[in-house]
Amino acid sequence: MTRWTPDPTFYPSPREAATAPAEKLAYVAAFDRDAQRPDAIVVLDTDPDSPDYGRVVGWTELPNTGDELHHFGWNACSSALCPTAPHPHVERRYLIVPGLRSSRIHVIDTKPDPRAPKVVKVVEAEELAKRAGYSRPHTVHCGPDGIYVSALGGADGEEGPGGIAILDHTTFDVRGAWEADRGPQFLAYDVWWHLTQDVLVTSEWGTPSMIEDGIVGELLLGRRYGHAIHFWDLAKRRHVQRVDLGDQYQMPLELRPAHDPTRSYGFVGVVVSVEDLSASVWLWHRDGDGRDAPWAVTRVIDIPAEPADPADLPDLLKPFGAVPPLVTDIDLSVDDRFLYVSCWGTGELRQYDVTDPFHPVLTGSVRLGGVVARTAHPAAPDEPLAGGPQMVEISRDGRRVYVSNSLYGSWDDQFYPDGVGAWLAKLDVDPERGGLTPDPRFFPRGEQFRGLRVHQTRLQGGDASSDSYCFP
Amino acid sequence: MTGTTLATLAALGAFHGLNPAMGWLLAVGRGLQERRRAALLAALPPIALGHLASVAVIAALVTATRSVTASRALAVAGGVLLVGYGLWRLLSERHFRWAGMRLSAGQLAGWSFLMSSAHGAGLMLLPVLLAEPTPAGGPHAGHLAAAPAGALTGLAAAGVHTVAMLAVATVIALVVYEVLGVGVLRKAWFNVDRLWAGVLVAAGVVTLVGAS
Repeated sequence: MTRWTPDPTFYPSPREAATAPAEKLAYVAAFDRDAQRPDAIVVLDTDPDSPDYGRVVGWTELPNTGDELHHFGWNACSSALCPTAPHPHVERRYLIVPGLRSSRIHVIDTKPDPRAPKVVKVVEAEELAKRAGYSRPHTVHCGPDGIYVSALGGADGEEGPGGIAILDHTTFDVRGAWEADRGPQFLAYDVWWHLTQDVLVTSEWGTPSMIEDGIVGELLLGRRYGHAIHFWDLAKRRHVQRVDLGDQYQMPLELRPAHDPTRSYGFVGVVVSVEDLSASVWLWHRDGDGRDAPWAVTRVIDIPAEPADPADLPDLLKPFGAVPPLVTDIDLSVDDRFLYVSCWGTGELRQYDVTDPFHPVLTGSVRLGGVVARTAHPAAPDEPLAGGPQMVEISRDGRRVYVSNSLYGSWDDQFYPDGVGAWLAKLDVDPERGGLTPDPRFFPRGEQFRGLRVHQTRLQGGDASSDSYCFP
Repeated sequence: MTGTTLATLAALGAFHGLNPAMGWLLAVGRGLQERRRAALLAALPPIALGHLASVAVIAALVTATRSVTASRALAVAGGVLLVGYGLWRLLSERHFRWAGMRLSAGQLAGWSFLMSSAHGAGLMLLPVLLAEPTPAGGPHAGHLAAAPAGALTGLAAAGVHTVAMLAVATVIALVVYEVLGVGVLRKAWFNVDRLWAGVLVAAGVVTLVGAS
């Protein structure tokens, strides 16, 4: 049903979104690694004035098992205000929740009771395969003309190409593959865009066989995982340019374009360099002044591996005698000022001031978990933590950052073979000077998640990686 | 055309100009994106042109047909069409789809034409056009030869309508761009589409009542 006035969570510009009220709830994707029990969307109370602050207050089980929930997104967001195809009176209401392993896409209604969301539709893997030719759905973005879902694999057992499927805004039916001409693109992972510039960007991870049973050492050392990003014409749905980072830079994953629609840059995190196990963050930008100048990338952040005693390392890392930082997620605040970088291997969340995107300045760091360090949370100093800050989500006002600790089932098991556990932490940010500190009152973990692992977090009303804006 | 007809056409034009989906918001977006008011102003004429084309097609068709056939059947058919279209707009949750923000002047006009047509902008003028007395009976009145003259009336009506639409759209775009800022959308953007659909239904009913 449409509304009389725009959904209050839609903002025309990032500047206005940054004034949004604080989220009262967070939704977290949780999955059972053993695929014995159903995965769930878990609801956390994020209202500091609530007696349940920092606790699980809702638990919506999926109808099947083995989905491996991962990333998810909203049916509609601020892009509904975009002027070429405005539909501002729809509601931000449904969570679109793909199962990365099962290829099912779930539609979950967060109304009437936002603490008890309900599964209202399941798009089966067969429909995704038949209509779009894809499997392993991953990133979800609410576009102005439909819901964009990136997918890692092809249909009917094919490894690829991966790509983007479009879901209908209203019925959530799969409308088809997005690409009219994919050029040389084969590997897929993340997708986002510069909406007002008709530019779409995609990144590369690997095909299903390259990831589903764990990271494959030979493929990694053979530099066979993705190492390029792709630029597309969003209006014509055509591939425009492939930019190679160099094949030592394996796995450029999360794409974080500037929220300001007049800016033409963004950041992409690279998991690991096979030359020295370092991780890096790259800036994409126009190479020249023209508004159609070709794209280029510049490496703006390098994070070195940390030497370690092989005895403390999992088998996978013993030969190297070091812990790779493993930058597996990055997130850019809505005001485009701070970039948060997850180092899931070393167990660190870094905060950089990227006011000058070419020259990030490290302004904050928090250590939690880590392959060797196992740093405890201040709220529970006697509990060594496994896993590390992984998925990062930032509140719209930039004052709160949430991190969860699982990367991906089979990869968790390789890097944290004694168990990755499950925890979620909230960090408070000083938005003026930078810096971040763990909130001792917010540390849901362990049994609260009933044996499931936790992946992406979405904040009620939107967050830094959910919305795109058409006005500066 | 009578004064009342002109006033009604202009009022409907103003209503269309007011609707953010008809183009002023896109003009504001272009101005903000390029950080120049000139970009905003340059976007409006093609938008008006597209709107004019969409409205003129319907208006000319109606007035030309009307000058050669008995008006009652046309009025009934037009009224039924309007009520039906209005109800569909009211109940359907589909929205206009258009990918792409970087538009040339031609694409801008094309966008506006499609947007106006999809919203049934021209149809909304039906009762006004049908209420107008049949062009004065010259020797060719009621004959096929009267069609061109009839079509001209329709084109004139579309012109008046579009001038009003452009004027209102320009004023709103400038006020939002210069003074209010796009933040005003969050509160002020009431569901014009629903009102719009209601007006379409009402226009259809008026037409049907007039025909009976």
